[in-house]
Amino acid sequence: MTADSSAALRSPALELRGIDKRFGTVHANRAVSFVVKAGSVHGLIGENGAGKSTAMNIVYGFHRADAGEILVNGRPVQIHSPQDAIAAGIGMVHQHFMLVENFTALENIVLGVEGGPLLAKGLRRARKELEQLGRDYGLEVPLDAVTETLSVGLQQRVEILKALYRKAEILILDEPTAVLTPREVDQFFLMLRRLRDQGKTVLLVTHKLREIMAITDRVTVMRQGAVVAEVETETTSPRELAEKMVGRAVLLKVDKKPAQPGGVLLSVRNIEVRDQHGVARLKNASFDLRAGEIVGVAGVAGNGQSELLEVLSGMRQPMRGEILFGDSDLVAERLDPHQRRKLGLAHVPEDRLKVGVVAGFSAQSNLILGYQDRADFNRGVFLDDRAIAVDCERKMVDYDVRPRLPALRLSAFSGGNQQKLVIAREVDCTPKVLLVGQPTRGVDIGAIEFIHQRLVALRDAGKGVLLVSVELDEILGLADRILVMAAGEIVGELSREEATEEKIGLLMAGVKGAGA
Amino acid sequence: MSTTTRQLPRWADLVLLPLLGLVAALLISAGVIALLGESPWQAMKLLVDGAFGSQESIGYSLYYATNFIFTGLAVAVAFHAGLFNIGGEGQAYIGGLGAGLVCLWCGNWPFWAVLPLAILAAAGFGAAWAFLPGWLQAKRGSHVVITTIMFNFIASALMTYLLVNVLIKPGQQSPETREFGANSWMPLANEMLTKIGINFAPTPLNLAFVLAMIALIFVWLFLWRTRWGYALRVAGQNPTAALYAGISPSGMTMLAMVLSGALAGCLGLNELMGSQHRILIDFPGGAGFVGIAVALMGRNHPVGIFLSAVLFGALYQGGSQLTFDMPHINRDMVVVIQGLVILFCGALENMFRRPLTALLGRRAERGKVES
Repeated sequence: MTADSSAALRSPALELRGIDKRFGTVHANRAVSFVVKAGSVHGLIGENGAGKSTAMNIVYGFHRADAGEILVNGRPVQIHSPQDAIAAGIGMVHQHFMLVENFTALENIVLGVEGGPLLAKGLRRARKELEQLGRDYGLEVPLDAVTETLSVGLQQRVEILKALYRKAEILILDEPTAVLTPREVDQFFLMLRRLRDQGKTVLLVTHKLREIMAITDRVTVMRQGAVVAEVETETTSPRELAEKMVGRAVLLKVDKKPAQPGGVLLSVRNIEVRDQHGVARLKNASFDLRAGEIVGVAGVAGNGQSELLEVLSGMRQPMRGEILFGDSDLVAERLDPHQRRKLGLAHVPEDRLKVGVVAGFSAQSNLILGYQDRADFNRGVFLDDRAIAVDCERKMVDYDVRPRLPALRLSAFSGGNQQKLVIAREVDCTPKVLLVGQPTRGVDIGAIEFIHQRLVALRDAGKGVLLVSVELDEILGLADRILVMAAGEIVGELSREEATEEKIGLLMAGVKGAGA
Repeated sequence: MSTTTRQLPRWADLVLLPLLGLVAALLISAGVIALLGESPWQAMKLLVDGAFGSQESIGYSLYYATNFIFTGLAVAVAFHAGLFNIGGEGQAYIGGLGAGLVCLWCGNWPFWAVLPLAILAAAGFGAAWAFLPGWLQAKRGSHVVITTIMFNFIASALMTYLLVNVLIKPGQQSPETREFGANSWMPLANEMLTKIGINFAPTPLNLAFVLAMIALIFVWLFLWRTRWGYALRVAGQNPTAALYAGISPSGMTMLAMVLSGALAGCLGLNELMGSQHRILIDFPGGAGFVGIAVALMGRNHPVGIFLSAVLFGALYQGGSQLTFDMPHINRDMVVVIQGLVILFCGALENMFRRPLTALLGRRAERGKVES
């Protein structure tokens, strides 16, 4: 899979030598050195907090290294700002796109390099050049379309064209597939291969083992700020990489017994949600959730899953429809999230920091969020701080939250530990039904394993779990039944046995009936 | 990626930082005084002496501080719900009307009967005046900063009308009511202290100071020790999380504004019942606005608010002493000093925070936590 032989003769496109970076006492990069061969797709993999982003931010000039040097095409370069990086031929596509939404694709691409005070001439020249680039790399985009009307995949192309238009020879892509459907991922990989074959160098930063295996020529593994391995992709396996990332053996598959579904716990009928512009975000959603099963909701982010969780948890009132839970219709009775929790409907939200916690509060204060009225947390009119702290300490032990400091500010915990706190809060009260959104987003592999086990344990205890995730692996690993959403509709339902990545992928892309 | 959050130690954040701001403000004030041709050293001595030099000056300083405690607390409670209540002035004005009406109508009742009624009326009127902007914010999305400012003007116009046309004591020119019945006057500090055998100079310092201390404790207990205060703070820091937890952010907006207005309304207890003994034009005298600075400097915490209210009270009292003794310095100098304190403790706080953090900074445990 390596590039053509001439590449071997060229000096490496990018080399990091002994890059060291501290943020205060945190040693984010420890003498990081690796070589990216010209004309190759190179993977950089590691858990959250392993120092990948720090290293890339140093290469792109957002941070300055305390020590070490960066070589481009064998020559040392001083990179103090993104401008320097661009001048050195390095382009970066961020996980969150940096596009002006109401500009056209063309305007976005030339933004900052318009080539003069008057636009028309620069735009004409740019259009010609971009059309050529598009043909060369299979990167055609409708240049005159307003960016926000483009699909996520096309927006990503715009970002890549932006870098190429600035004469980037080395492309750094930070978690580029997080927002793509499986089919778009395939197209994306094709494009990467084409870029490579045309002599460009691609550095792919990701935590997805599958992608590393599928597309890269070589891979560098980072752990705790240091490079722990650099191998030819052909010679390694996902298991080996995962172990190197985590530093110990991990279960890639969730260990679980077959489900034994019982009676229906939650029944959703014809739910419809419209946003403030009157656009339907959720159309006619109906399904049942039984005791003792995990129902996975698959789909590309932004296809109605968030709205589904919001409606079920009570954060949003639907236009119409019924949610039958226990003896009540949650919609007709307009129960708020607090009342729903009391009935046994708990919710781990998709966006932990924005929704599920108050970052400035202590861990223990966060563990009563939504349960602050509970009798055991109160003594008369006052909150019982001692009881709250004791409860928090116990949950920290049970859910392996570190450090075990109930009074520590929530934002001082790592993402994985924050998520464990949220899971502890919502699972420990043994709800009848648990709604979970993206339970392992931004969580490292060790914690993912733990969280998955907890969800399965809850299922085995006869509770119902509705799992919304954009990670197909997570859905396939955990769910007993899979609902696929596209454009606000539940477009298919698959049993775990009949579900394959391809079937789900087709449904996600909106090809109806593909699962049948 | 391991991000680091450098943090100041708590004591430095709460004490050292405001103190640095204060010192910087005083240094610049000293420069201004020097430009006016007076000795800054002499002026500072006069200022401090005027504020704390005698029983009398202490009494006056604390009397002014009482007003600032009420209005500072008002700003802080709203702040914890994520609201910026600039309407303390108007709420204090209307709250004073409530207290004043009780004193006018029931001024001859025994004091123990008048006091609770007056407190209820002051808090109730202030709360009602703040509820309207709160309701407009919660239900109609009208920004509370804009509406509370407008309500200050409405309060001012309303009170002028009432005092000129309705409540004015017949047969006089100045727009103020008749004197309250003597039973409704707040006991003065020197009177109360005499009873327990302590001699204290006669000053306007009165029982309302004790009520202000109770308000400080009440606010602390409410915000940090009850589930309602908890809910209010959640709504202030993360409205989405409040919604998620089943706490109604709009309900909390209204609750916070009502409490805030009630606290501001209590200013009348000190100013009218304690000292003026009548309702008069513009009696809050800007204390509602000073409350913003007090809360800002006091980190929106009762202890800090107490300290900064005393500071501002002292500036007020010491400043009037200063203008009395130094002919080149007029009352505006006090405003200049106040303004500089606000500038350095509020707006320019980060100027000191950064170097101080570098000096004392300890890193949050985050780095070590990252597994």
